[in-house]
Amino acid sequence: MSVRILAVLLVMIATGALAQGFAGLGTESDGFSNPEPGQALVFPDDHGPHPDFRIEWWYLTANLKGANGADFGLQWTLFRSALRPGADNGWSASQTFMAHAAVTTASRHFSTERFARGGIGQAGVAADPFSAWIDDWQMNSGAAAGEDPLAALHVTARGPDFSYDIKLTAAGPLVLHGDDGFSVKSTSGQASYYYSQPFYTVTGKINLPSGPVEVSGQAWLDREWSSQPLDPDQTGWDWLSLHFDDGSKLMGFRLRSRSEDAYTSATWIDPSGETTAYGDGVLQMTPGRAQKVANRALPIEWRLQLAERDLDITVEAINPNSWMETMVPYWEGPITVVGSHGGRGYLEMTGYE
Amino acid sequence: MIAAGISALLSHWHYRPLQLATLIVGLALATGLWTGVQAINSEARSSYDRAAAVLGQDTLKRLQSKTGLPITADRFVALRRAGWLVSPVVEGTLRLGRTRVRVMGIDVFTLPQGATSFGLSGDTGIADIVAGNDLVLVHPETAEALSKSGLNLRTSLQVVPGDLMADIPTAWTLLKRQDFDYLLLASDQPAGLAPLSEIAPDLERIEPDPQGDIARLTDSFHLNLTAFGFLSFAVGLFIVHATIGLAFEQRRTVIRTLRALGMPNRTVILLLLTETLVLALIAGLLGVVLGYGIAAALLPDVAATLAGLYGASVPGSLALRPDWILTGLAIAFGGALLAVGQGLWRIARMPLLAPAQPRAWAMASLKNSRWTAFAAAVFLLMSLTTAWFGGGLSAGFLTLGTLLLGAAMLLPALLILALRLGARTARSAIAEWVWADMRQQVPGLSLALMALMLALAANIGVSTMVASFRYTFTGWLDQRLASELYVAADNEAEAEALRAFLAERADAVLPIRTTEIEIVGLPVFLYGIADHATYRDHWPLLERGENVWDRVAAGDGALINEQLFRRGGYRLGDRLPVAPGWTEEIVGIYSDYGNPTGQVIVSHDRLMRYFPDIPKLRHAVRVAPERAEALVAALVGEFGLSPGNILNQADLKRFSLRVFDRTFLVTGALNTLTLGIAGFAMLAKLLTLSTMRLSQMAPVWAVGTTRATLARLEMLRTVALAFLTWLVALPVGLALAWVLLAIVNVEAFGWRLPMHIFPADWLWLLVLAMIAAGFAAAIPVWRLARTRPAEFLKVFAHER
Repeated sequence: MSVRILAVLLVMIATGALAQGFAGLGTESDGFSNPEPGQALVFPDDHGPHPDFRIEWWYLTANLKGANGADFGLQWTLFRSALRPGADNGWSASQTFMAHAAVTTASRHFSTERFARGGIGQAGVAADPFSAWIDDWQMNSGAAAGEDPLAALHVTARGPDFSYDIKLTAAGPLVLHGDDGFSVKSTSGQASYYYSQPFYTVTGKINLPSGPVEVSGQAWLDREWSSQPLDPDQTGWDWLSLHFDDGSKLMGFRLRSRSEDAYTSATWIDPSGETTAYGDGVLQMTPGRAQKVANRALPIEWRLQLAERDLDITVEAINPNSWMETMVPYWEGPITVVGSHGGRGYLEMTGYE
Repeated sequence: MIAAGISALLSHWHYRPLQLATLIVGLALATGLWTGVQAINSEARSSYDRAAAVLGQDTLKRLQSKTGLPITADRFVALRRAGWLVSPVVEGTLRLGRTRVRVMGIDVFTLPQGATSFGLSGDTGIADIVAGNDLVLVHPETAEALSKSGLNLRTSLQVVPGDLMADIPTAWTLLKRQDFDYLLLASDQPAGLAPLSEIAPDLERIEPDPQGDIARLTDSFHLNLTAFGFLSFAVGLFIVHATIGLAFEQRRTVIRTLRALGMPNRTVILLLLTETLVLALIAGLLGVVLGYGIAAALLPDVAATLAGLYGASVPGSLALRPDWILTGLAIAFGGALLAVGQGLWRIARMPLLAPAQPRAWAMASLKNSRWTAFAAAVFLLMSLTTAWFGGGLSAGFLTLGTLLLGAAMLLPALLILALRLGARTARSAIAEWVWADMRQQVPGLSLALMALMLALAANIGVSTMVASFRYTFTGWLDQRLASELYVAADNEAEAEALRAFLAERADAVLPIRTTEIEIVGLPVFLYGIADHATYRDHWPLLERGENVWDRVAAGDGALINEQLFRRGGYRLGDRLPVAPGWTEEIVGIYSDYGNPTGQVIVSHDRLMRYFPDIPKLRHAVRVAPERAEALVAALVGEFGLSPGNILNQADLKRFSLRVFDRTFLVTGALNTLTLGIAGFAMLAKLLTLSTMRLSQMAPVWAVGTTRATLARLEMLRTVALAFLTWLVALPVGLALAWVLLAIVNVEAFGWRLPMHIFPADWLWLLVLAMIAAGFAAAIPVWRLARTRPAEFLKVFAHER
């Protein structure tokens, strides 16, 4: 996936990052490592944290259905943000964590967030056996020995008015974006390491104020880390992950810029896990109908065209009010896909003022 | 017609600018003093509210260990991992140079909503405090005091003065700790968590405290101020009432003419009401400005008082707050309407062609005097009852209020009685006339005299209380500061050498060892003392068990000060939790005036066993008083001790008394202001009466008394009335002092003081009262002396 909510992490970094909003992602990265092309990712090590990079996340989105066929969206995200490079133990907090959890129905959107400092055990990530946690929220590996630790996961989270407990099993391999996991974000060369596990099948339970619901469906896990993923000129992005009915998948993003045309990137994933990366301009993303959400106009409908795959689809939000009322707010919710391909997926939109 | 009416009514003021000035000044003074007191209270309260709201203490529950032990960091993480939204706080006091601050270590990541008015996202820099550069947030006033501390300070108006906010690791470094005092509980906890009673049975929930300790402690002080403010306002209202009443009476002819010309009664009243409101607006605005001035002038002293008595930190600068500005204006309007109500009512009921008879107005109150005497008796009875049966601060104030009110209402009856008795001594016609005329004057002057009486009684009462306190305090200082010299070394090595040096030259060297501990959440100073006659002979014990000094010396008992004793509700024989795993039996209670915090005294050896790291730098030195000077010289000259490290007893006492006097400066200032207003009320009333009294003077003048004699007699009468009022005020004031000392003070400060009587002060007050009355009478008397004979003659010519 793409740049995601990097800015939120930067909130905790030095002064004024928040005042700059999402544009704060384009700040300097002194002392931190930067992604380099040609650097092979190593698993399971790279499932764990990379404290020399400023920001990182474990980002899960799921398209689920209840027993009666109702649509649900589910999000579990753990962000890591480093105040200084390197991991220290103790309260001096060189590493900080933030987590978001959400459940979306056709009419409601529940969301909540948590914060913690690293080094004291309240939040953290371990590569093998894989475990990511903050407070009582967790994403733990249930994979058998010898399997990739992310092949099976147990994920829980709890908010003031909702909670969930789901089990995930991967039906396909890990997927590397861009150039073997080196994903470029701007014409001036900003980049991140980026891989996904898009093949999860899910079963579990969601608890809502209206009562518990048994759910099942598909999920997509994104892993990304970097130190300065955006060009200072870039103001926000629109990102999608799509599960098509035929088993193939698509990741696409579009980075908006003050001075230039939007920068797009996409990865086509065959049902077998075979990937094709498409650079700037190949994927066409055109905003459609806009709706007023949280006092700003947001395109809750998009047209996507990828000529090389004969793709011409329209995606639409299942719940247009999927607004994350978190410290740094953004739009994130499940979508339906119609057109040349049918399916479901997740859409994220940030940086809309 | 309306324009004509307005100009007719307003012309009255045009011809009597002094009356207009009296009215406006009176109302402005009344409003001003009230507003000033309110502004001070409001400033102090808002600072208490800020203090009470620090980390959401006013709204958030917290978790604390039942044993009073700190909570470990692992414990916090375990509770978070169990899903409970808790946030750790470490708290402690720190002395940085000469400044004491409260350090609050917080975890901004988990701080619940409502814990701070600023959050991670604000620009107040709270996000910065985790940046790892040991940033601390302080109020600008604190920052000034800490400018040389070497701390990485960032100012924020959101932080309470005297507080220092920092991230947990920074606070830990400052406080030399590794654990927490309590955990804040977010108000919105997720559903379905394991109950705390199961996973943390050793922790207890503490309910939020919407008021805060300081606000509760200082409540009585502010009630005191409010009572003063209200007293002044009431006194001020007398002025307004007198002036407005006069203005109405004098305008009866104008009003009669206007009505005869066809102006409806309703229009007349509406015009008068409008006039009142405009005057009230002008006076109210003036009053608010005046109040701001008074408050700004007094606030530093109030702040000093609050810091000295309660350890409450209030900024010394005043903010304009709409609450007291609006109440100030409202009370000006209310007061003016109250004062004008009677006059308006009379005019509303005045027959169209009523004769203008100002005397009737002045005499009307005579009929009421029986009723007021009866009401006075009821109030005094109430006062006695509450003093006898009531308990607590509110009963104390009720006693005060009813006592003052009852005494004031009884005053006219008492004065008339005294004058009747006095009249029997009269041997000449003129003397008889003087007595009778004085009696006749009482109803008209009664309100002003009541005001004077209240001011005098308040003065006597409050000054008796303060003087008693000072007397006790001085005696207590003599006991408490028994040692001749107090010396401190800069380091342990110097201290060692110092002890050796003094051993040969002084009669005794007593170590002073102290550390700060916490008892049920309040900071308390723990002292260790050596067994010595200095303590056995002098220490001011209020209550003592058997062999108290032997037990303390043996390390088998603690002495506590009166403050800790009253606040903690302890009794002799109770066990005091001194430190984890250390309790001590309370064997004695000592008086400790002027100290806001609690104190505990244990044996030196026992203290050092539990706190071996306490610096051993300070000493009390016993030496024959006449050799003290020489010893100081030797310490500086031979030993080389810096003179700043030596305090002699006399300096300490002087310093303590200076702090004491500053503490009660506010009371003194308010006292004087109230007396001044009472004097002004007299002036206003006498001015009112002087023109009316011409008809009484005329016959006396006609039978051959010169104007000069009349003027002298007039002056004599006023001063005599003031004297009689002072006589009544004396017992009232003493009763007031008793209530203040025996009831209010105990509740307010936590000390009971013996009452001492200072007759010299009363005489001084008498002189002041006479001077005030003399000044008040001066203008009317001067006018009388210069009244043209024709004016006297007119009285007969106009005889109705």
